[in-house]
Parts: sequence; structure tokens; C-alpha cells
Amino acid sequence: MKIPNRIVALSPTLAVAASLLLAGTGAIAADKIKVGMLSTLSGPGAGLGVDIRDGFNLVLKQTGGKLGGLPAEVIVGDDQQSPEAGRQATERLLKQDKVDFMTGVVFSNIMLAVGQPIFQSRTFYISANAGPSQFAGAQCNPYFFNVAWQNDNLHEAMGKTMQDKGVRRVALLAPNYPAGKDAIVGFKRFYTGEVVLERYTPLNQLDYGAELSLMRAAKVDGVYIFLPGGLGVNFIKQFVGAGLSKDMTLYGPGFSADEDVIRAVGDSMLGMFNTSQWGHDMGNAANKRFVADFQKEYGRLPTLYASQGYDAARLIDAAVRDVKGRVEDKEAVRKALKAAHFDSVRGAFKFNSNQFPVQDYYLRVVSKDVQGRITNRTLNQVFKSHADAYVGDCKMPS
Amino acid sequence: MTRIASGAHLVARPIEAERAAERVGGLLDHSLLSRASLPLLVLLAALPAVAGAFNETFYVGVASRILIFALAATSLNLILGFGGMVSFGHAAFVGIGAYAVGILMNAGVATAWIAWPVAMLASALFALLIGAVSLRTKGVYFIMITLAFAQMLYYLMVSLKAYGGEDGLSLSARSSLGLGLDLGSEATFYYVVLLLVMATIVVVQRLLNARFGHALQAIRENEARMAAIGFPVYRHKLIAFTVAGAMAGLAGALLANQSGFVSPALLQWSQSGMLMIMVILGGVGQLYGGVAGAVVFLLLEEVLAARTIHWQFGLGAALLAVVLLAPNGLMGLRRKRGAQ
Amino acid sequence: MNGILIVEQSLNGLQFGLMLFLLAAGLTLVFGIMDMINLAHGSLYMIGAYLIATIAAASNSFWLGLLAGVAGTALIGLVLEVTVLRRLYQRDHLAQVLGTFAILLMSNETVRMIWGSQPIPLSPPLALAGPIELLPGLSYPAYRLLIIGVGLFVALLLYVLVTRTRFGMHVRAGAANREMALSMGVNVQRLFTAVFAFGAALCAIAGGMLGPLLAVQVGMGESILILAFVVIVIGGIGSIRGALIGALLVGLVDTGGRMLIPMLFGYLMSPDTAASAGPAVASILIYLLMAGVLFCKPQGLFPARG
Repeated sequence: MKIPNRIVALSPTLAVAASLLLAGTGAIAADKIKVGMLSTLSGPGAGLGVDIRDGFNLVLKQTGGKLGGLPAEVIVGDDQQSPEAGRQATERLLKQDKVDFMTGVVFSNIMLAVGQPIFQSRTFYISANAGPSQFAGAQCNPYFFNVAWQNDNLHEAMGKTMQDKGVRRVALLAPNYPAGKDAIVGFKRFYTGEVVLERYTPLNQLDYGAELSLMRAAKVDGVYIFLPGGLGVNFIKQFVGAGLSKDMTLYGPGFSADEDVIRAVGDSMLGMFNTSQWGHDMGNAANKRFVADFQKEYGRLPTLYASQGYDAARLIDAAVRDVKGRVEDKEAVRKALKAAHFDSVRGAFKFNSNQFPVQDYYLRVVSKDVQGRITNRTLNQVFKSHADAYVGDCKMPS
Repeated sequence: MTRIASGAHLVARPIEAERAAERVGGLLDHSLLSRASLPLLVLLAALPAVAGAFNETFYVGVASRILIFALAATSLNLILGFGGMVSFGHAAFVGIGAYAVGILMNAGVATAWIAWPVAMLASALFALLIGAVSLRTKGVYFIMITLAFAQMLYYLMVSLKAYGGEDGLSLSARSSLGLGLDLGSEATFYYVVLLLVMATIVVVQRLLNARFGHALQAIRENEARMAAIGFPVYRHKLIAFTVAGAMAGLAGALLANQSGFVSPALLQWSQSGMLMIMVILGGVGQLYGGVAGAVVFLLLEEVLAARTIHWQFGLGAALLAVVLLAPNGLMGLRRKRGAQ
Repeated sequence: MNGILIVEQSLNGLQFGLMLFLLAAGLTLVFGIMDMINLAHGSLYMIGAYLIATIAAASNSFWLGLLAGVAGTALIGLVLEVTVLRRLYQRDHLAQVLGTFAILLMSNETVRMIWGSQPIPLSPPLALAGPIELLPGLSYPAYRLLIIGVGLFVALLLYVLVTRTRFGMHVRAGAANREMALSMGVNVQRLFTAVFAFGAALCAIAGGMLGPLLAVQVGMGESILILAFVVIVIGGIGSIRGALIGALLVGLVDTGGRMLIPMLFGYLMSPDTAASAGPAVASILIYLLMAGVLFCKPQGLFPARG
């Protein structure tokens, strides 16, 4: 087919014009709550993002697609675990889709990269995972709420546990990004024994041969890892494969020992201790409903990520109801969010002055339950009404 | 008005070329005005007003981004299309320009009048150093060496935690231009970018139509012959490489402003690959090749990415089709017809 | 820093180097004989890993998965060569780079469309999931030993194939002087297709072997592809011997660098600064190695064309 010369010549011009029209006129959405869910949906960290998204969407299924009584739309974006891509997706969600709330980011390096444009556009961010120390302390912002924990917390709990257990020589391993640093800082705040080895690996490193060799050479008693999702899966398999599980005990936060890792690793994880603010065996009514509905809807047990996504949706739902749908009134929305009038699946929940949670933390162990499934069993409480260490640095007007 | 091509004595001139020369000035000359350029310019100038009327100012930002990549692709086209140097490390120069602006901003220097020239100088300097070494090689080794240098720079920026490392560097605001212009306004920024892109194209055109540009294109056609008649081939290529690096640096500076964020991802080899795709899509060796390629590529991304996450399949298919069926790109299709 | 550490890391380097060799061998043959830069080589590695993982999971047998996956990938390579890549042989390097880059993009998306964005699991055979005691005090993962074994076996196979068979003779002739080989009556079309399919099979083996250690995910081929190119430039284009030596060098330098440099930096700066600079400098080391080799021997260590 011969394309007329003129059309070919004008093709760039036509393309520009066509795309403007295709983009469509931005109709002003009336009485609808738009939530931008930016999460990691590809790569080894994808399992975490998928869980947060599924937990969040479960609430919408329970309320019939509504948040606070108003119809809600969740626009999902994939940050591909790249701060660059996350930033571009954020611009689109804020400026093109004009969302009312944002949530979903898994990794703290992405959180720190996308925070600035979100706060500048006066959009509330309800974090269902990333809780960097920067946003808890000096850089706290009225538009940032975290409904999960501050990055240090789960590691603080395990540090205290290992200290109390009398574990003498430890090796520490975390990925080299803001949450990894927070993890080690938090751990060392409560563990005062001997840290023989402290290593940070690139966030995309999957082969831990070098680190395992060093641990073997250092002859440590315990290994504490913060390796979420696929990273943890690889490490634990290689740890067992190198025969180190015979000589040293592996500890981790809930991130490295939840359902997603258990599914991939299996039996070799039995007996691993980990800490968390939530367990699926918690007895309160909200949790029972959550776990049952999640299993029915998705055919698997929820992880702590899913519970956080669920609570984030419940929080938004409560806040929108409190302001009776008037989300343009930012002051009122903030007040409603701070009040946190919702039933969290972890039991009692309240925000600190820096808009991070004050809550209890528990020790869990991977074991076989009555049905023979390998899963986490919640043991004792490690911290009660524990606040993060950075609240003093936050000079935000309340 | 006919102009005698000054490079005429360097190339053979069959009859058809003679006639073509009478129209434009010479086989090696390029015209600023093509059938597309004026309507396109009008459309581009009117874009912010149109977008504002539809209340879609987001698209002004998108258009700025497209123009910035058009600038980067044009700079690559200078050495790739007109000079025949297949550099797989061009994105590194864009990245250096971007980081220059980012680092200066974080150090307190926010004025564009210092930051942007520094960006161009930094990129030019790296281009000079890398070119000096790489241009001594040929063929696939040139490709690999430029790739290697770009990767080294990428890993260097990853290792420098002081400038954010892998997690990148946020800019607190856009560069300040003074003159009562606020680059924070999307429309103002857009016009500044448009002006700079237009200026660059004029510079490239003047360069190509001058003796230097004719020699460069002749080197692309037959390097051995040029060397044999005593032309300083290496020097010409190095100058072109450096100039292209400086232009890429400017594109980088503008990119840092547009996205407010710099990260090592800008320097990766896959980014260089994307720039090369733009050049070949638009037309290797055509004056507006870089612009056309960037526009088509990024619009495809913008329109398709909203519809499906698998848009890169369509991009790959389009690219493959162009490589197999239209080796001279979209602008080349037009030129080929014109010559008939 | 003790002897066991050095031995362990050397074995790790050997393991990585041998897998790089599998990728580099196919790449250098394609480049040397067909004079084609093939950026889609990493995609064959990815497709191989995905096929092996899927079949292994479905049949509950790692070995069946490996066999079937390798055969499947060779077939896909064959089809790719006959339909698309054949047209690129006559074109210049730029066209080849962009054409194969296009195939890379399409392969990534096709895999994403079929298997989704999340990585899929691939486990080593159960019998090899634990350690083997090589020496008193030195336990090494059995699976990594398998990888080394497979790598050495394939290297031996390639040696026999290239030096002792007719096919190998044609390959060497084509790499040394394509025009002469053509005029000597070698059936070029079939040779090219066979070489390409063979290269694809090698990629699949590497993908299947490394899959359990790393992750079977979209885009897994890209980072290793660049290293493979560095290897063949160091080793000399068209030479399998060069690919082996180059791969072992790169494997050992990379593994050794990742271990030693952070340690060295650890003495000079805080652990997390060392952790940023360390791996990056280790990566830069590989490129410096390549630049260094090119400086002394511009055609690589063992160029096929004299």
C-alpha cells in the first residue's frame, strides 16, 4: 500500500495531534475516591507488591467497591523496583490520574525517591510497607502516614530476642539500601553481643556464595538476615546447600520468613525464629475475617504484607467516612487519618505524633500447624506499645 | 538559489546527484525546511495553550520530555548517522550532564547560567577522553569499548553513595533562569526546551553544511579513501564526538530539571540502546531523524503503555519492521520517494 | 582470610566462569562465522531457563526438564534463525544490533505474557540440595559442583566437536575465512542454522543450571549478556578456546573482586560505604580488564583470524 508522500512527511505532526486527542479530555471525577497503588509487581520483590495489592483489594471486595461509602477506583502502577520508573509512574498518577490517596510502595529507596512529588502535590500517602527512618524523624511530613511499622522495629524485636537468648557471635546481612541500613541500626540498638561480620549486598544480588564463605570462616553462632522476598528464598536455600544450617542458627524478621518464602523453601525452614507485628493466627475478630476471606478469594494464606495492605485500605475507608467524603479538605482528612478509627487485624492500633504506629511486636516460629501445613506460629510478645526511635527528631506541627 | 556543494571535489557526481544538488545545494547538504518542519513547529508552539484548554497540563510535561530526548537523539545522530560511529555509550553523556546539574543543585548552585554550561562542559570533557581512546579502534571493538566506558561510568555513579548511588538523587527544585522566568511552570519550561532544541538543530545544520560536516559525512561513506587523500580523519571524528557529547550533556541537564530526579539508570547501556532505536526509527543521517525518532518512540510508549503493560512488544515489532523493511528510517522513506 | 575461604571462592569463580563460557561459546561462534552481533543471545538464555523450570515443575524431574528445555530452546533458536536472523547477516553491525535488540524486547514481553511478571521457581534436584564434604572442614554445595561438572563436560564436548568432527572443521574454516569456506563448498546456510541452534542449546543449559542459584525472571539475560560480550572480546572473536580462557578469567576476577574489594574497602571506610563502592569497583575491574587486553592485543587473546 503506497502511503501518500504528504502523510509520511506530516507523520510526526499527526502523531502529536492524534495522541493529544487520544489522551482524552480529563473529565472531572465527581464523588469518587481514586487511590494510586504504586508497587513492585515484577522481579524478585514482586511477591511482596502482589500481596499488598491483594490485601488492599480485598477490602474493596468486602465493601462492594467502596471506600468510606463512596465508589473507589484503584489505579495500579509497577515501579519495577527502580526509583527512576517509580518516579515516572508517580508523576503520572499525581498529574494525569489526579489520585486522592497513594499507597503500595514496598522498598524504601523507592519511597524516598517518590516522596517529594507526592507531598508537594498535597496528596496523602498511606504506607503499607516502607517506613524509612528519614520519614519518621527529621523529614517527617504531614502527608505521610505509615500503617505497617518503622523500618527498624521488627529488627529491634529480633535484636532483643537474640540478646535475651544469649546468642554470642553473630553475622549480619542486609541489602545495601535505606531499609537495609535501618535494619542493622535497629538490630544493634537492642543486641549488645559481638557482631563478627556485617555485610551489605547489592539489592539485586541473588548469589550469596561469597557471604556464606565469609560466615563459615568467621565461625559465628547465629546469622541474622534481612532479605525480603526472593532474596530470602535464595539465601536460605544456599545457606542449607552449603551445610551451614548444621553449624549456625538462622534468624530473621518476618519479611524473610513469611508465607511466600515458606512456600518456596519448604521443610528446611522449620524452626526458624522471626519477629512480626502480626500473625495469621491472632484471635481478634477483624483478623479472623481477614484471613478467612483472603484464603477464600486468593487460595493462599496471607503474609504480613497482605495484612498491611488490608489495614491501609481500612484506614482510608475510615478516614473518608469520617470526613463524609469531602477529601478536598486536607486538614480534616489528616485529622481523620490520625484518629485511625478502624479495627486493625493486629489488634490495638494507634499513631504516634510522627504518624507511625505505636504497637506490640511478637516472636514467631516456623512450624507445622494442626493441619500439617508449614507456617508461622505466634509465640510470646517481645515489645508492648513500642514506639520508633526517631519520633523525637520529628518537628511536625500536630 | 543554487549553491555549489563545497564538498563536491571529494565525491563522485553522477547525473542524478547533480540534479539533487541544484535543489538543496549538494548531496551532503541538509535543509532546515522540510515539508513537515513548519506545521510541526506551529503545532509545538501551540501545544501548551491547547493542553491548558483541555485542562491536561500533564501533557506539556510529556512534550517537554519528548523534546529533550529529541535533543539527545539528534546529538547521537550527529556521530552515528552522519559520522558512522556506532557508539553504544552515548547515554553516559546524557547522564553526566544530568548529574552535573543534580550535584550542583545539592551543593547550592541552582542557577541555570552556571549549571547548564557546566553540564555541557563535563559531558564534552568525558566525550573527549573516551573518544580519544575509543576512536583508535574500529568496528565491533569501537562498539564494545564505548559500551565498556559507559558501563564504567554507570558503576562509578552507583558506587558514589554521596550522590545517592543506586537510589538516585532528588533535585529540590528546577534550575533558576532569572529574567522573570520560572522554570517551575510547565509551559515556561516547555518553551525554553523548545527554543534550545531549535537552536541545536540550527547549529547541527550549519555544522553539517560546512566543510567540517561534509568531511564528516564523507568519512562515513569511505573512511579509507579520506585517510588516503590525507584528511585528518581521527581529528574530525574526535571533534564530532566531543560536540555530540556536549549536546547530550545539555539534554541531560534539561532531563534532570524535567524529572527532578537523577539516577545511574540514565547511564545504562539499555538507555543507549533506546537512543539508537530513536535514531534509526527516525532516520539515520537525516537532519530531523533524531527528532522524528524520539517523537514516534516516546509517543508510542505514552499511548501504548497506558493500554497494555506489554507495549515493548509493539516497540520491538516496529523496530524490527523498520530494520528489515525501511533501513533508512521514517524520514528516509520520504527522502527516497523525493529522489525518484 | 584463610585457605578454605580461598578454595571456596576459587570454586565459585570457576563455576561462574564455566557458565559464562557456555554463553560466550555460542556468541563467539555466531559472531565469528556469521559476523553477526546477536543481542538476543541473552533472551535464549532466559527462554531456556523458563522452559526448563516449567517442564521440571510439571514433570517433577529436574533432569527431564533440563533435557526437554534444552531441546525446546534449540528448536526456538532454529526457527528464529530461519525466519528473521538470516536476513541480518548481510547487513551492517548497526542494523544487526538494532534488529536483535528488537528481538530482545519482544522475547521479554512474550515471556511476560505467558508466565507473568513474577519470577518462577526452579529448584535443584533434591539429591543435590545439600553439601558435600570435599576435604575435612570444607563443605561445598553439591549443586555448585554439578554446575562445574556440567561446564567441564560441555567444554570437553565442544573441544571434541570442533577438533575431531567434520562439522567442527567447517566451523573453524568459517570462522577463519568465511569466503574461502564458501568457495570450498561448505553448505553455508545449513552450517549457520546448525551453529545458531547449537548456541541456543548452550544458552539453555546455562540458564537451567544457574536458574536455581539466581532467579528465573524476565530480563535475566541482559546482565549476563554484557559479560558474555566482554568475554568474547577478551578471548578473541570466533575462538572457542578464547571464550573458555576469557570466561574463566572474567569469572575469577568478578568473583574474587566481589569478595576482596569490599573487604579491602572495609578496612578503610564504614561497612555500608564499602558495600556501595565494593561491588561497583569489582564490576569496573572487568571492563578495565577488557580495555587492558585490547590495549595489548587488539584482536583479543586468541583471535580466530590469525
